[in-house]
Amino acid sequence: MSEVAMFELFKSRVEGAGAQVHRVATRQEAIECVLKTLEAEGVGSGATAIWAESSCLEGCDTQALSARVPGLGFTVTREAAKAARVGITQMAWGIADTGTLVQDGSGVGQRLASALPWTHIALLDARQLVPDLATLLTKVDPTKSAFLGFITGPSRTADIERVLAIGVHGPERLVVICVDDLEGGRL
Amino acid sequence: MSKAFKRSITKALENPNLGGILDRWNYPATRAKAYEGVDFEALRGEISAIKGEAAGRLPELADQFQQAAEAKGAKVFRASSPQAVLDYILGLCRSKGVKKVAKSKSMASEEIHLNKFLGEHGIQADETDLGEWIVQLAHQTPSHMVMPALHLTKEEVSDLFSQELKQPLSNDIQALVKVARKALREKFFEADLGVTGANIAIAETGTLVLMTNEGNARLVTTLPKIHVAIVGLEKLVPRFQDAAPILKALPKSATSQLITSYVSMITGPVPNDDGTMKDLHIILMDNQRTAMAADPEFKQALQCIRCASCLNVCPVYRLVGGHVFGHIYTGGIGTILTAWFNELKTTEDIQGLCIGCGKCNEVCPGKIDIAGLILELRRRLGQKEGLPFIQKSALQIINNRKVFHTMLRAASIAQKPFAKEGFIRHLPMFLSGLAEHRSLPAIAPQPFRDLFPEIRQPKGGPKVAFYAGCAIDFVSPKVGLAVVKVLNQAGYEVIFPQEQSCCGIPHWASGANEMAALAAAHNLGPLLAEEVEYVMTACATCATALKKEWPHLLQQQGMAGLVPKAEAVAAKTVMFTELVAKLIQEGRLTPKDGLELQSVTYHDSCHAKRHVGIYKEPRAALGAAGFDLREMNESDTCCGMGGSFTVKQPELSMGMLKRKLDNAEQTGAQYLCAECPGCLIQLGGGLDKRGSSLQAKHPAELLEDRFKDPEA
Repeated sequence: MSEVAMFELFKSRVEGAGAQVHRVATRQEAIECVLKTLEAEGVGSGATAIWAESSCLEGCDTQALSARVPGLGFTVTREAAKAARVGITQMAWGIADTGTLVQDGSGVGQRLASALPWTHIALLDARQLVPDLATLLTKVDPTKSAFLGFITGPSRTADIERVLAIGVHGPERLVVICVDDLEGGRL
Repeated sequence: MSKAFKRSITKALENPNLGGILDRWNYPATRAKAYEGVDFEALRGEISAIKGEAAGRLPELADQFQQAAEAKGAKVFRASSPQAVLDYILGLCRSKGVKKVAKSKSMASEEIHLNKFLGEHGIQADETDLGEWIVQLAHQTPSHMVMPALHLTKEEVSDLFSQELKQPLSNDIQALVKVARKALREKFFEADLGVTGANIAIAETGTLVLMTNEGNARLVTTLPKIHVAIVGLEKLVPRFQDAAPILKALPKSATSQLITSYVSMITGPVPNDDGTMKDLHIILMDNQRTAMAADPEFKQALQCIRCASCLNVCPVYRLVGGHVFGHIYTGGIGTILTAWFNELKTTEDIQGLCIGCGKCNEVCPGKIDIAGLILELRRRLGQKEGLPFIQKSALQIINNRKVFHTMLRAASIAQKPFAKEGFIRHLPMFLSGLAEHRSLPAIAPQPFRDLFPEIRQPKGGPKVAFYAGCAIDFVSPKVGLAVVKVLNQAGYEVIFPQEQSCCGIPHWASGANEMAALAAAHNLGPLLAEEVEYVMTACATCATALKKEWPHLLQQQGMAGLVPKAEAVAAKTVMFTELVAKLIQEGRLTPKDGLELQSVTYHDSCHAKRHVGIYKEPRAALGAAGFDLREMNESDTCCGMGGSFTVKQPELSMGMLKRKLDNAEQTGAQYLCAECPGCLIQLGGGLDKRGSSLQAKHPAELLEDRFKDPEA
């Protein structure tokens, strides 16, 4: 599968699972996209957000980001995650044919920030897309990542009368920002 | 059947909600969509190979899992009994001062009644899966393995939540879910210990795989500092890669999803947010699983991945829901698991719920012969507990051809005051329940075996031996006459071995395999007496015996010497429409010119479709002979006849019949056709009772005037 076809499949599957996909070229654009999403979610005007440790933040002036969007924090605790409107995490892989994001959730911040807030913003380097689950399982090593979290769309249930409801225990909104080169172009 | 059990069925049938929800979901269609582009047969081949291998290596894989998980820092406890699991968890709670437990969905924890046990010891266990929480608040057990609260309406859920939270709530489902989120969020934070099950346990790496849609397993394994996973041994697979096909099939089969919203793979403890490491305990629970693996018949039941698709497609489950099964695991696979996890005797009543239609086998991603295993339970129960006297006597009579046929002839005379137009019209009061929704067939005045010698047939052509079966012989001889007429048009001479008798399927379906084998043995001689090109039957049930079951039965019942003969019969046996379709293709039967186009909807009998695989042929034959085929919704769902099922479970049988006839009538066709005299008794009787314009016909009746006579 070509990279273009793989992304198109990924995008249609993510959207089919009820999440949004943005495609941007650079790390800088990705961060701008995050900040814009935060503002739209009301972060800075009362609501809070937490950004869990991400390699794309290395060398980044996080204080400047918090200054632009007050309410955005970079320290993830259970209480901060419980209170936050938005959680931001960086994903390790994407699976095209199911529209799935894969995180290394060994660090507790990754789990808290992606599981507790109402909205989860997931950053993904487009080069980390694989065609299917079977391929992914050849790339990851569970003995090196104690917690591998697979996320496809928002939290959902159909436990009452088989009627779909979104946002049960996890996020009710998932925003995926897919970046051509997430690691390059350091600030 | 116990009275309490009978009452529970009646009560379930009176609850329209049980049948309605699964129907509105339209599982067959949504499942098909989820599997689009996937080779299901190949996928379940992979899964059954992996799980079959694991079932053969359980102790070894458990050792390997334990070593791998312990190497990563988890504590692994091997429990042989439910009590051992309970004691371990209680001991852990006491030593760590645990007061509150948050749980994500775990059937293994339901199996050992964990919540009740912890409650009795002053520890509060809260379910966090929405469906499980609802069931917990209602003080019930799950009615479905995947959708535990399927049996409850939003009104009932609203009442339960209002009571629990002490505030009035609306019936709006979206609002109710948000209420649950808020209430349960606190429970994750307050819990000292989290309990989960596991969907897969990987021996090679010591990894637990958890699948949820709500995201509660992520919170249960993240927020409390202690995590206990209760894992049935059947969850073990050898290699990390083995998870892929299971992860692919389970969501598609369970909820018609490509994948669940969340899958978590946990390998050893992870850090908590205060810098400490998770206290991870994995309990590998046996509770009869290794005993099951040692049983050559039931070992395959360990291939189950707990998707519950066997419940979703079961025509009986769809009418009555899960609670009539009486124990934790429900539906087809639940009946089998209950027999092992509890004891065989507990399934005495519930095994009788299975009509043997085999719909579950078609969709099982573990490729388990669920219907066959329930039949095996029935056989073992019959051996251990004995068949009820009346049933046993009836089966013995059927096996004595002379006595049975004499009785049928006598019945033909005795029924005269009640019979009219081929149906029994006025039954004595005590029997009238049997005819409430379906007229009963009358025994024909003259059986086919008496009419046959009068038929004038062409001589000198190739020969076909006709195995009529009891229903065509004694109830619908006109079908037999039509069959002979069509075969004569193709130049065949039909012979009818007069010594033939019951095929043994009624015995087999009652678990009386020794009597079924005797029936097989009795028929082999007559069927092989004369050199013929084909042995032909126009009855799907008989076809199942002749084509498929006789060799197994004889082998199993110590008559291996007869197996070659049974195999010779099996190789020669064709169903009527199978032969007709072939003869049309070969140009030996030619449809008449200028036929009037008539419309027909075809009902696939369970035996024809799923036991002997005949469903394309009748459509091809009818289509070639000028019939417009109008497919009904769920053409291959059971009509509810099931031989003696209709007598033992009349309410269920009639519920299934109603759905079938509704689907058939919606096509607007003139005829409802099936190549199974049993189905036709049910369908024809039901249509008669409704006063429907739709007519139930055997394919032979529709085809008898449709072909040209052979050129003189």
